[in-house]
Amino acid sequence: MTLGAAYGALSAGALLWAFLVSRLRAKSWETKSATGAVHEGGDTTLTPNWIGLVTFLGVVTSLFALFLTAYHMRMMDGMEHGDWVHFPVPRILWVNTGVLMLGSIAMQWARAAAIRDAREAMRTRLIVGGVLTGAFLLGQLIAWSEVRTSSYFTPANPAVAFFYLLTAVHGLHLVGGLAVWARTVKKLFVPAAKAADVSQIVVLCTIYWHYLLLVWLVLFGLMLST
Amino acid sequence: MAYVAMADRDDPHALHDPQSFVTKYIWSQDHKVIAIQYGVTAIAIGLVALVLSLVMRLQLGFPHAFSLIAPTDYYQAITMHGMIMVIYLLTALFLGGFGNYLIPLMCGSRDMVFPYLNMVSYWVYLLAVIVLVIGFFVPGGPTGAGWTLYPPQAVSKGTPGATWGIVCMLISLGIFIVAFTMGGLNYVTTVLQARCRGMTLMRMPLSVWGIFTATILGLLAFPALLVSAVMMTLDSTVGTSFFMPAMVSMGHSPTHSGGSPLLFQHLFWFFGHPEVYIVALPAFGIVSDLLSTHARRHIFGYRMMVWAILAIGCLSFVVWAHHMYVSGMNPYFGFFFATTTLIIAVPTALKVYNWVLTLWRGDIHLTVPMLFAIGFIFTFIHGGLTGLFLGNVTVDVPLSATYFVVAHFHMVMGVSPILVVFGAVYHWYPKITGKMMNDFLGRLHFWITFLGVYAIYLPMHYLGILGVPRRYYAYTTTDFPQSVQELNRAITISALIVGAAQLILLYNLVYSLFRGKPSGPNPWRATTLEWQTPDTPPHHGNWGPKLPVVYRWAYDYSVPGASDDFIPQNVPPGPTAPATHGHGSDT
Amino acid sequence: MPLAIVVVLLVVGSVVFHILSPWWFLPIASDWGMMDNTVQLTFWVTGFVFVAVNLFMAYSIVKFRHRDGHKAEYRPEDKKLEWWLTGITTLGVAALLTPGLFVWARFVTVPPDASIVEVMGQQWNWSYRYPGNDGALGATDPNLISPENPFGIDPNDAKGQDDVLVQSQDLHLPIGKPVKVLLRSRDVTHQFAVPQFRVKMDMVPGMVTYFWFKPTKLGTYNVLCEQLCGIAHFAMRGRVVVEEQKDYDAWLAAQSTYASIAATKAGDASAGAANYAVCSACHGADGQGNPAMNAPKLAGQEGWYLARQLYGFRHGLRGGDEKDTYGQQMAPMAMSLADETAVRNVVAYIASLPAGDNARQTLAGNVARGKALYVTCGNCHGDKGEGVWATNAPRLAGMSDWYLKRQLENFKSGVRGAHADDFPGSQMAFLSSVLHDDRAIADVVAYLGTL
Repeated sequence: MTLGAAYGALSAGALLWAFLVSRLRAKSWETKSATGAVHEGGDTTLTPNWIGLVTFLGVVTSLFALFLTAYHMRMMDGMEHGDWVHFPVPRILWVNTGVLMLGSIAMQWARAAAIRDAREAMRTRLIVGGVLTGAFLLGQLIAWSEVRTSSYFTPANPAVAFFYLLTAVHGLHLVGGLAVWARTVKKLFVPAAKAADVSQIVVLCTIYWHYLLLVWLVLFGLMLST
Repeated sequence: MAYVAMADRDDPHALHDPQSFVTKYIWSQDHKVIAIQYGVTAIAIGLVALVLSLVMRLQLGFPHAFSLIAPTDYYQAITMHGMIMVIYLLTALFLGGFGNYLIPLMCGSRDMVFPYLNMVSYWVYLLAVIVLVIGFFVPGGPTGAGWTLYPPQAVSKGTPGATWGIVCMLISLGIFIVAFTMGGLNYVTTVLQARCRGMTLMRMPLSVWGIFTATILGLLAFPALLVSAVMMTLDSTVGTSFFMPAMVSMGHSPTHSGGSPLLFQHLFWFFGHPEVYIVALPAFGIVSDLLSTHARRHIFGYRMMVWAILAIGCLSFVVWAHHMYVSGMNPYFGFFFATTTLIIAVPTALKVYNWVLTLWRGDIHLTVPMLFAIGFIFTFIHGGLTGLFLGNVTVDVPLSATYFVVAHFHMVMGVSPILVVFGAVYHWYPKITGKMMNDFLGRLHFWITFLGVYAIYLPMHYLGILGVPRRYYAYTTTDFPQSVQELNRAITISALIVGAAQLILLYNLVYSLFRGKPSGPNPWRATTLEWQTPDTPPHHGNWGPKLPVVYRWAYDYSVPGASDDFIPQNVPPGPTAPATHGHGSDT
Repeated sequence: MPLAIVVVLLVVGSVVFHILSPWWFLPIASDWGMMDNTVQLTFWVTGFVFVAVNLFMAYSIVKFRHRDGHKAEYRPEDKKLEWWLTGITTLGVAALLTPGLFVWARFVTVPPDASIVEVMGQQWNWSYRYPGNDGALGATDPNLISPENPFGIDPNDAKGQDDVLVQSQDLHLPIGKPVKVLLRSRDVTHQFAVPQFRVKMDMVPGMVTYFWFKPTKLGTYNVLCEQLCGIAHFAMRGRVVVEEQKDYDAWLAAQSTYASIAATKAGDASAGAANYAVCSACHGADGQGNPAMNAPKLAGQEGWYLARQLYGFRHGLRGGDEKDTYGQQMAPMAMSLADETAVRNVVAYIASLPAGDNARQTLAGNVARGKALYVTCGNCHGDKGEGVWATNAPRLAGMSDWYLKRQLENFKSGVRGAHADDFPGSQMAFLSSVLHDDRAIADVVAYLGTL
């Protein structure tokens, strides 16, 4: 139900509210200070990139939550009208899932190296993570062609249509991640690049990878269970 | 982590000042230039939508007098008018235009935190506008499905532009959402991250609060439009049936089965209702600052105003189905959505009270921006109150799909925000250009526009009560009295006058650029940071060598004991600006 | 100061406009008066707020205008005042909402004694189905919809056999009996709305939606589609006739059931050949028409259209206007057909005639301009002018151009399509207004000659 998505948004708002509530009660006209140090302006502990990424993941969450809501609602209608024809998901998806998990693990290792400032290790692990992700996408394409040639294939079957749609949207997000990954790897081959900057990007990439793995597990679980 | 907070980065050279004309004005990463690019593009495409509205008014006022307007043209005009006004004009102008200009200046930042992304955001937005315009020239013309684009009608025979036009529209919307997301990430991160020292959340001007909250709404709500646009594009191009039910279109056997038109409506309005507030909240914020500045009084109940913005933002996600009371969804939903919708009236009403209470015991200067701000209060009260009719499920049923709805939403999200846009243009033009706008032309523009729009929309409500349906090309053989036609003619004449009056604004914008009186840095004697820049118009980097430091809230007007009737936010407490305390009644 | 005066004037003017407005609800004809009451209540409450807040604002603008030496008060907030305002507003909102929810509870609760009737919407007309003696509607399936079975009724469902099908635009209802209106759509989303009944609901393809009401006033009411459904949305009209029970019973008894329509034998072309002898005198033995006799080409025209026109001529829907000289000549000819069987037979015979070449062009016009004008027409008549049964639109391509021109003129001048029961004709009359002048008619007819 769309209601589900609504309450998701609402509770996210409520959490934000709770987080901010102490600040929002401030009577700002009374708190005048000579130093300006009553409160910092922007947050000092989080980098803009980090906030930007978290905000973006909020958008992505909203996007997938709405896709899943649409999936659920369309499935209910499809059951009633009999046009939602269940089809067995290609087995290669199990392999792909494993590959993506390995990719995420490699990214996590790269992150550990990044925090230690171990440039060489970071580069190797980062490349492994990216290549595994590329392999995942290739595997997804194979899954696509398997379904394409199967007897179940017809765009009119919403189960098939959603299979393509959800995997495509998820894949596009990974491709976006790989674009950032490629730029980062390139930087790692330039000796002059500041290691601190690259490390920061690697940390953020890791968050993004884990997140998309989570999204994939949800999508895959959904396709398996319906 | 060795991270230096933005507020402590005084060195402006990190920004790489642009050298050439192209990097300064075209491929610019300066938020102020991007703001103007957004603004000019939005107004340009908005003028197209204005002309389209006059086309439809001519048809309604003088049916059959204009051989150029066939039903196809009429439905294309209403569709494109609605879509352009809501998305490409108002959303882009408030967030891309005012958001871009005001957030860094009001928060005391040098620029948006991701300037490159900000630049790309504008160019992607321009691409969305171009695809939208291409839609006018494809075979069959633009879509005529109504701005809500309900399937299956939007992609079925019998609707103008059901093949090419609708696809252009959907692709353009998709591109717009990408652009919006890039901009939105910037606005949110900049507000959270790049505020200068001392600028606590509760010291931010309400303009920033409004734009910030609206951006969060947009980031969460636009994906719903993206989802529905993607799925409908697939339905119309590759034959999926997400929204396409078994239907006998023009006598042909069904080619789909089981698709759900209501699913689209849910997705659309899950975006569509927050969209109302994506437009309204920035207007709420900006008008608060206009009222406060020109009434020389703090905004009344600042905290309540902030809380109300946040409450409205949260509630806006649980009211969407009030657009669907008679859509055929389970009627039991009506109880829930009527209740949530009427609850949202409470924080909204509080905002209105506080605006009026800001004027009360103020020192009101009836400048041009103030005229528009007060005009906004009047039209918004009107539009807000008619919302109580349509939000209440029982009252909505006889009025839905009539001109009452048209009048209501134009009053509340057309006229009201546009009056704020006008007020804001007159208010900030001196900062943007260093010149004052012509006062006489401004007043003329205000009076014609304000009285004209009321003459358009007040009577239109009564057409709705009579039951006259919207989206009718002509009204022949109905049970309605002949006077409906006369009223429609009067409305059309008002609309033509209001439309023509906008030329005064355009003329004034250009005229004042060359002939306007120099404004000085702070002509309105305002407290907020954007008026305290070392240069007017502000240079790249905004603040010169040192970032400002904020010592007080944004509304220190007429502080008792102060020598002047305003104390800018960056003035430290001292003999000229005593550390005062409010007279709040509670602890 | 002028602003304050204008605000006061606008407030007073709005109230006066409200009181004096001749534009108010059409007189109610159902038992949903409580909807009107909730609207009135909302007007009182919101009207009070509108007047009070605006007058207070106007007062403030005058009283606290800038003067030398005047200074604004500094008092950032007043919690007590704000709580009071919140409380009063909440009360006001609750006062609006509560009655609304009670009325809505009535809306969602259909009385058990309500009879049912189905309304089906399609681009751009209405049809109706009554459940017949068994009180239940038969099952339907969109895949079964065809010119012969426009409702898509399942032929194997016993409940559907006695369903009464009404293909005219008139929905008849007995006065004083609650009725649950089931709503279906054949193609896109429509909405069934009668302003006088107050209630309305979308009709969504793939779903059955409903509302209920009790007609309380005798009369005939216009049905409006209120959900945009394509370019002829504004011309999608029907009628509800509320009448006494006995009149209703008599009317219902005269309608055909699904079973009786299904049992109707298809026309017999060979039997029709004899009937056609009369026609051939003017329309020609091969049905190619004869301009000299003012008889249009018939061969190639859609059978359902010919049948409906013959019905129209026989029952005065067409050819009744004294300015319609040739229609008046046709009417007695149509009357010479003994009964509906004869009509079906002669239509079947005409259908068996070879369509032949396009009728000879007798008129000139600008084809390119006509093509642009035809965009509107093509929505009903088909992109190639082939005729579309679903929209009641006959074939135009290849038909006699002089005849098309005359009919367009007749539609525009009200000679044709003005009869109250000629719904497709009245729709065409609405839409013929797209052709503004004689030149436009000539151009569009010229374009049709090229199809």
